[in-house]
Amino acid sequence: MIRTWLRELGLGVRFAAGGGRSGWARTALTAAGVGVGVAVLLLAASVPTVLDGSEARSDARQPVGVMGEDAAPPGPTTTLMAWSGTTFRDTQILGRLLQADGDREEAVRPPGVAHFPAPGELVVSPALREMLETEGELLSERFRGTEIVGTIGPEGLKGPGEPAYYLGADGLDTDNAWRVTELGMKGGETPLDPALVVLLVVMLSVLLMPIVVFVATAVRFGGERRDRRLAALRLVGADIAMTRRIAAGEVLFASLLGLVVGALLFLVGRELVEGLSISTISVYTADIVPVWWLGAVIVMLVPVIAVAVTLAALRGVAIGPLGVFREGTTRRRRVWWRLLLLAVGVAMLVYFGPDDAASTVNEWGISAGVLLMLCGITALLPWAVERAVTRMRGGPLSWQLATRRLQLNSGMAARAVSGVTVAVAGAVALHMLFAAVETQQRVETGHDTDRAQAVASRLIDEGAELGPFVDRYATAEGVTSALGLVRGWADLDVALDADGNRPGTSFQIGDCRVLRELIEVEACADGDVFVVPSPDREALAPGDRLDLAGPVEASAESAPSWWTVPAAARETHSIPGPHGDQYYGVFATPSALDVSGVPSLSAVALLDTVPGDEDVVEHLRNLAGVQEWNEGVHVLANTRLTSQFATIRNALFVGAVVIMLMIAASMVVSTLEQLRERKRQLSVLVAFGTRRGTLGASVLWQTAVPVGIGLALASAGGTALGVLLLDMVGAEVTDWLAFLPLTAAGLGMILLVTVASLPMLWRMMRPDGLRTE
Amino acid sequence: MTGEQSGGPLLAARGVHKVYGSTPALAGADFALHAGEVVAVMGPSGSGKSTLLHCLAGIVTPERGTVHYRGRELSALSDAERSALRRGEFGFVFQFGQLVPELTCTENVALPLRLAGADRKSAERQAREWLERLEVDDVRHHRPGQISGGQGQRVAIARALVATPRVVFADEPTGALDSLNGERVMELLTAAARDTRAAVVLVTHESRVAAYSDREVVVRDGRATDLSGLAGAA
Amino acid sequence: MSISHALLGLLESGPSHGYDLKRAFDARFGHDKPLHYGQVYATMSRLLKNGLVEVDAVEAGEGPERKRYAITDAGVSDVAHWLEQPEKPEPYLQSTLYTKVVLALLTGRDAAALLDTQRAEHLRLMRVLTRRKSGGDLADQLICDHALFHLEADLRWLELTAARLNRLAKEVTS
Repeated sequence: MIRTWLRELGLGVRFAAGGGRSGWARTALTAAGVGVGVAVLLLAASVPTVLDGSEARSDARQPVGVMGEDAAPPGPTTTLMAWSGTTFRDTQILGRLLQADGDREEAVRPPGVAHFPAPGELVVSPALREMLETEGELLSERFRGTEIVGTIGPEGLKGPGEPAYYLGADGLDTDNAWRVTELGMKGGETPLDPALVVLLVVMLSVLLMPIVVFVATAVRFGGERRDRRLAALRLVGADIAMTRRIAAGEVLFASLLGLVVGALLFLVGRELVEGLSISTISVYTADIVPVWWLGAVIVMLVPVIAVAVTLAALRGVAIGPLGVFREGTTRRRRVWWRLLLLAVGVAMLVYFGPDDAASTVNEWGISAGVLLMLCGITALLPWAVERAVTRMRGGPLSWQLATRRLQLNSGMAARAVSGVTVAVAGAVALHMLFAAVETQQRVETGHDTDRAQAVASRLIDEGAELGPFVDRYATAEGVTSALGLVRGWADLDVALDADGNRPGTSFQIGDCRVLRELIEVEACADGDVFVVPSPDREALAPGDRLDLAGPVEASAESAPSWWTVPAAARETHSIPGPHGDQYYGVFATPSALDVSGVPSLSAVALLDTVPGDEDVVEHLRNLAGVQEWNEGVHVLANTRLTSQFATIRNALFVGAVVIMLMIAASMVVSTLEQLRERKRQLSVLVAFGTRRGTLGASVLWQTAVPVGIGLALASAGGTALGVLLLDMVGAEVTDWLAFLPLTAAGLGMILLVTVASLPMLWRMMRPDGLRTE
Repeated sequence: MTGEQSGGPLLAARGVHKVYGSTPALAGADFALHAGEVVAVMGPSGSGKSTLLHCLAGIVTPERGTVHYRGRELSALSDAERSALRRGEFGFVFQFGQLVPELTCTENVALPLRLAGADRKSAERQAREWLERLEVDDVRHHRPGQISGGQGQRVAIARALVATPRVVFADEPTGALDSLNGERVMELLTAAARDTRAAVVLVTHESRVAAYSDREVVVRDGRATDLSGLAGAA
Repeated sequence: MSISHALLGLLESGPSHGYDLKRAFDARFGHDKPLHYGQVYATMSRLLKNGLVEVDAVEAGEGPERKRYAITDAGVSDVAHWLEQPEKPEPYLQSTLYTKVVLALLTGRDAAALLDTQRAEHLRLMRVLTRRKSGGDLADQLICDHALFHLEADLRWLELTAARLNRLAKEVTS
């Protein structure tokens, strides 16, 4: 029994591996198709490992320990660590300042750092090193006075493309830094934003479904010839079960070959991935390892799917000793279950959409809904093609030839196109989703770039430092105006509250121009004081006494610096500043409140810059430098998020186009196969005097009709899916025409398939084509 | 039903009816084939002679009537059993197109043996012998697409006979050949069949091909008439 | 071809004068070569002598044309025997075969069986020739082939006639 089976499977392998050039071409094509699918699936199966890997390394460098009062006492191995970091263009650069409490060699150091950097010494990641080399002064200026002494190893980075540095520092203390006794954060998962979850789920479904469809299509390459071959075997005495096993052997061989191809492609792709990075997301080759059970599932499932698809295809065909009879051509396709799939999908999306009350989402429900909807759209295609084609008649000769041909077997044409439909529908929906989410994010930053383009801030020890600080930025290249402001926190001179805290208020000091950016002021002159009641604190009143040096440090014995809210202080409202924040408390002009002796203040400079010069902000960041933990520049009009989404959108578009190209290749194959089969008929048509153009056009129509219908369905279905998804994340449709670029790509695909088929057509139309083989 | 042991026919059809769509192909055809004889089935095109062959071989199941092979009724057999008959007891030669294009000539001829469970080596050795006998040894490594029609028919005959069947069904075996080639193919077919004592059902519309038979049956309007008793008196 | 059998066959459908017999023969089989009266008289007298026909009635006046002939039982069986007997396959057989087919149709006999019998005889000879050919040298083969091609042509004619029997019956009996 087993031996018989093996022999029959072996016979199938012989058919797949033999059969001369055309036989090999078919097997190779199937293997390539399956291989591409397998590679993509393996990459997808590696995503969890990749995320785990980068998250584990990211956690490993997080300090354990807390700032301030509860800080651990200094020890021989403790390290002081402070946040640094900067941004270059749109790239965020991770930075930490390190300072050993004891001996540097003994001190705790982050993973990947071989030697603890001495003050002024810099350990950089390879990506940052490369940036420093290629970007020149504009970036390296920021690191002036430091010296690169080492490279952060892979174990200390999320990915090979992550720009990061550790800078040796002095002057850190527990006020401004963590005392780290050990590194490595444990646990602590932050739930993802529901919108992001939906996005991820949809992306995975949308990208993986065409792959599965493509694998299923690839397995059916050369199906018609295979059926005739099996009929020939039936004549010699193969029974139905034997032919099935032979066909299974054939496809098994091709799909196993596909697995090998896929594994190779995966290994190659894995190497290439390291060189790619989407904004700061990059992946180590070593991290790209499929989750073992997912990998096992793929390796087992792909051949099983291949065999199952083949057997299912054979089910609709009666292969007898005399030939092949296709069933189901007489049966009209039914529409109800296709619509049902669609309806259930829509219902699931509506039902499982995150409601406002609960912040969690049902990923499974949503994925199932998305998949059902995409399946429904795809399932509608054969029906739509059939209905459309049966009604077509008349028209020019080329049209007639094409539609009559399609009427004979519209299912095959529809099958080839179904992958396109899934890919395009999914891509359209995602495109809409991205466009909307992107708009949403931009709106939410609340920055008003009409008033200022950048904000520089610095913790200062003394109010008098404000002037020089503002001046430094005011004179920087590209800065047209700078408004300086000092902020601080004061304790109220009242008893401690029930929790043992002393109520306090923030205070802002700046000239009238600055104050007008922050509060509603009609008349303002130097010497004026305004108060803005905070929504969550008791109102200040003139006569209240404040300790300006109050809350700096509970442990430090500093002399209080008293100031009384003057009687002339006017109450007003705050308005959002250019950076989107609203301040409350005391707003005073410089001569009304002297802070020259007050410690622990922050200086803020609102900066107007020359529009259109991207280098300006880099110069500003250079001014802040990276060594000063207490100084930073915040660029308003956050465009980083936008361009990240643009990258993803482009990647999505590229992915959809690649899928379409893959499907175009399979359509070329089936068109050529069809042409070869119809060699005689074609020659007869040529003998009649049919023009080449007419036949060429008929090939064009034959591709264009199903693809056109598929694209129309995909555009409509994708837009509907997009609307549903947007409704789910509570966003508005911003891009109703998301399907246009993909539709255009689809039209290009039709042309491509036609053009690729023409040389063969021309060759077969030469007079000697009439000769029989 | 009588089997061949008792001197009855090897293959017998009785009252066979077969309708394709609305056109009756066979309307009560009777037929008997004895072991080792070559019977020509003639008749105008569309008379149902190919359908009769298909019914006799168990490829097509008649709507009415019976076909018995060695005492077993074909329509009562399962697909697997009928396939086994095609594999071991029957051989087929058609006008063209019955060879598997992917396989070489040797592999094509070895196919019935391989399907029946023979190992590759011995199957291909036997195939080779048959190819030599049918004078097409030189194309044994070629694929069907690379050889001439006459060569193809010889390969097909080799394949039909390689499993030493009891019945060879030949449907217009020379239909696509010129007279000289057709003659040679018929000579080889009948000689080889007689050597292996295989009976042959030879469907043809050419009397010169039918002249290679021992006996003639004419199919007309779905009925078969045995002409064997009519001749010889003059 | 046998005129006597043809005339006998024509008589089977009913007694007839010699003159009418000639007219009937000419209409069916004469085509470009009508019978002489003399042939009819000679044939009839021979048939009369052999007892295959008898004089049914003599009308007023003299001359053979006044005699009405009728077929005897012996005549009927002679016709039947002739029709059943296949002709020896030889060139230019068609006129005889045609006569036989028409007479069979006229006398309500099975013309198809007649054709089948002839066909079987032709094929028998073809088998003999085919066998001789496969054993013989090139000269034998060529000679046999010549005969085979002629026989094949005859057989084709037989097949075609068989296929058109219904139409022919309609025309003959009308």
